[in-house]
Amino acid sequence: MTTLAATEIPSRASTVQKIVSKGGIEAWLVEDYAVPLIALEFAFKGGAAQDPIGKPGAATLLAGLLDEGAGPYDSEAFHRALDEDAIEMSFSADRDILTGRLQSLARNSVRAFELLQLAVTRARLDAEPFERVVSQIAAGLKREANDPDFVAGRNFRAMAYPNHPYGLPVRGDLATLPALTRANLIDMRAATFARDTLKIAAVGAIDAAALASHLDDVFGPLPEKAGLTPVAPAAFAGAGTRHVFHIDVPQSTIRFGRQGIARKDPDFIAATVVNHILGGGIFSARLFREVREKRGLAYSVYSQLAAYDHAAMFSGGTSTQNGRAAESMAVIEKEILSLANEGPTEEELDKAKKYLVGSYALRFDTSTKIASHLLHLQTEGFGVEYLDERNKLIAAVTMEDAKRAGKRLLGDGKLLVTVAGQPDGM
Amino acid sequence: MTFGETAPARESVFLNPSAQAQGKPAGPAITQAKLGNGLEIVVIEDHRAPVVTHMIWYRNGSADDPPGKSGIAHFLEHLMFKGTKNHPQGKFSELIADLGGQENAFTSNDYTAYFQRVAKEHLSVCMDYEADRMKNLVLSDEEVSPERDVVLEERRMRTESDPSEQLGEALQAALFTQHPYGRPIIGWSHEIESLDRADALAYYDRFYTPENAILVVAGDVEAAGVVRLAEKYYGPIAARGAPPERFRPHEPEPRAHRLVTLADEKVEQPTQQSIFLVPSYKSAAPGEAESLEVLAHLLGGGHTSLLFKTLVIEDKLAVTVGAHYQGTSVDDTRFYVFAVPAEGVSLERLDAVIDAVIARAARGVPESDVQRAKNRLVAEAIYAQDNQATLARWYGSSLAAGLSLEDVAQWSERIEAVRAEDVKKAVRWLDKRRGVTGFLLPARAEASSATANADKTASVAL
Repeated sequence: MTTLAATEIPSRASTVQKIVSKGGIEAWLVEDYAVPLIALEFAFKGGAAQDPIGKPGAATLLAGLLDEGAGPYDSEAFHRALDEDAIEMSFSADRDILTGRLQSLARNSVRAFELLQLAVTRARLDAEPFERVVSQIAAGLKREANDPDFVAGRNFRAMAYPNHPYGLPVRGDLATLPALTRANLIDMRAATFARDTLKIAAVGAIDAAALASHLDDVFGPLPEKAGLTPVAPAAFAGAGTRHVFHIDVPQSTIRFGRQGIARKDPDFIAATVVNHILGGGIFSARLFREVREKRGLAYSVYSQLAAYDHAAMFSGGTSTQNGRAAESMAVIEKEILSLANEGPTEEELDKAKKYLVGSYALRFDTSTKIASHLLHLQTEGFGVEYLDERNKLIAAVTMEDAKRAGKRLLGDGKLLVTVAGQPDGM
Repeated sequence: MTFGETAPARESVFLNPSAQAQGKPAGPAITQAKLGNGLEIVVIEDHRAPVVTHMIWYRNGSADDPPGKSGIAHFLEHLMFKGTKNHPQGKFSELIADLGGQENAFTSNDYTAYFQRVAKEHLSVCMDYEADRMKNLVLSDEEVSPERDVVLEERRMRTESDPSEQLGEALQAALFTQHPYGRPIIGWSHEIESLDRADALAYYDRFYTPENAILVVAGDVEAAGVVRLAEKYYGPIAARGAPPERFRPHEPEPRAHRLVTLADEKVEQPTQQSIFLVPSYKSAAPGEAESLEVLAHLLGGGHTSLLFKTLVIEDKLAVTVGAHYQGTSVDDTRFYVFAVPAEGVSLERLDAVIDAVIARAARGVPESDVQRAKNRLVAEAIYAQDNQATLARWYGSSLAAGLSLEDVAQWSERIEAVRAEDVKKAVRWLDKRRGVTGFLLPARAEASSATANADKTASVAL
């Protein structure tokens, strides 16, 4: 096997300063003055998994309202303030976290942190933006109502995780959206915006002392402990079943998947390598070669691993003309079974490892990408040292590991399949 | 925060599904050079990470597709991954992947571009292959035929399954009565179906020449070294004498407003979109394109914009509204205004109020609004410096659209120079007679709409 780049790269972890503010707030900082910008990302545990029962979409709505008026500013005044100093601020909810992003020119950073403090601690959740953002979310849901990708995806998730928050749409649904109240959002904020689950990453033209002081201002006023509702572990359901949702379109959009492997499972890294071989890599993946290149069945075909705090999923998808949907699915199932039973070839394993190791550097070429990756590592519970360990772990995956993880991941090849379109023979 | 924005028409079509960044740079060290065979070179230095972005841009896009062969630029872009005399199919992609590199390609109205992102020490590998496929492409029917199916699936995915995209195509076709911007980048289905190996090779021979290409390298490199490498790999490609000519029939002066409606049972949320024929950075008089850029931001760039304030906040007629100027274009181009109505508001009403806001802007815009829009735009140029790939795309697309390096480098200054008076003048381009309005409607609303035709048909009303 050829030398992997892991050992040639100087330590990435050593570029990260782990800072702790006077008020005890921790953050990872990469100080860099080449471009006069600051990028900050942070997250609280919570997200859509904490949506009130029967009211999916609460976390998304809360995230959508944080920059819609805070402290002395109503929505318009707040946006005007952001505009005047060209400050980029946004919030979004995911399954397990609510994330905030701030980008500012270095010269406007004091103002940027002031406005961030208002958004995080004193968002007003006024009636006007509340109604407006609800209607925007509703319009978005209506726009997607008969979009094949959305229909296949939404139903796939609902069937994979019935009776669990992970099965519900992050943006909520049209039927329950009107039931969301301001009180729901205030409760959610009180329960989830806290210092004990807060993770922060900053990159750019700012030093540790200045950042620490800003962080105390922004996050210091928050309660120390979050009051999260416990989320039960979710097992993937429905493998071995197939469901068709009829939409009058010439193409069938397919989602498939099964139980994945947890992020902290010793086989996760090997499973990542196996998934890359199957459908993670673009031009090199088996699915790309068999479905797209050889047979011209689809433009897009992929597979991926998703690791949530309380679940793990293997999934994939493609879109293919209705007349050949069954054929596409048969090709995909054959590749999955063959990888599960026979494992990859030595060459495939070697190439996947080379790619995964070598391409890691591409995640570190912009401030926002670095901030986002550093935040991601923290929310997954890793330390700074993982930045250097990650490539070594991939390089260490043996054929035995890949076969074992492949067998665990793909097993008997049974899949939950949802199809949106008018597929023939499915 | 704004959800559910209506994206304006897609400006480029990727080989593979992927995100694309857009931005406006300024600042970093830029070097320009030209090889003896006519290949232009731009080097953008960014030494923060040991990574390099290598791009080759060809000055031909869908607007250069021969009549009856729409989609050939994009189809060839797919076929460029099929291999050369020296590298059989898949070899280069395999090599790039082994190096941990990423690659893709995209086609737009005016250009086709190929790129790789790799660790900086592998730049020469990218050049070696990209130079090879500039002259040695090999195509067999066994490769061409399934790839044509891939493109048809791509079109089914993007357009045939999405009424909103279908309306978008109809709007472009109505706006451009004879300029080829009116044809979809990916091509019309019936014409894609007829494209073959001979079409692809004829197109390749005509456009894939050093005189027609621009090499953009951004990242942790040093300009002189890049030019030396380019000389080694691209230098030996024989010059063809002159760049291929682009034949673009000009659009006549538009006189009639056009309304295009599409009603489909899959539509649950009606939307409105208007497109106006306006000058581009290339075709405009000095300062005019910059004024249109500021105008787009001031009219529809976020929560403090004129349209948003009136339609969303004050009158509550829309849940969102925006504007966008597609300035980087060889010929006269498009200015978009789009809106999603609030529950129960008709598109006719929405459209009338948008007209009123535009009419108000024609009487003058507040200096403070102009300043705020300019601040935002100029800051975007600084934000773009954070991303070498964004910078490479900005420079590449600008040069491919016929602009100069100075045009790009001075962009921020030119934006700063725009005055309220200039913005007011630019509003004249948003004359209803220069535009096409599109209504996307649910099928059931169709009966009540005077302008609609039979189910699932796009109709043009003058």
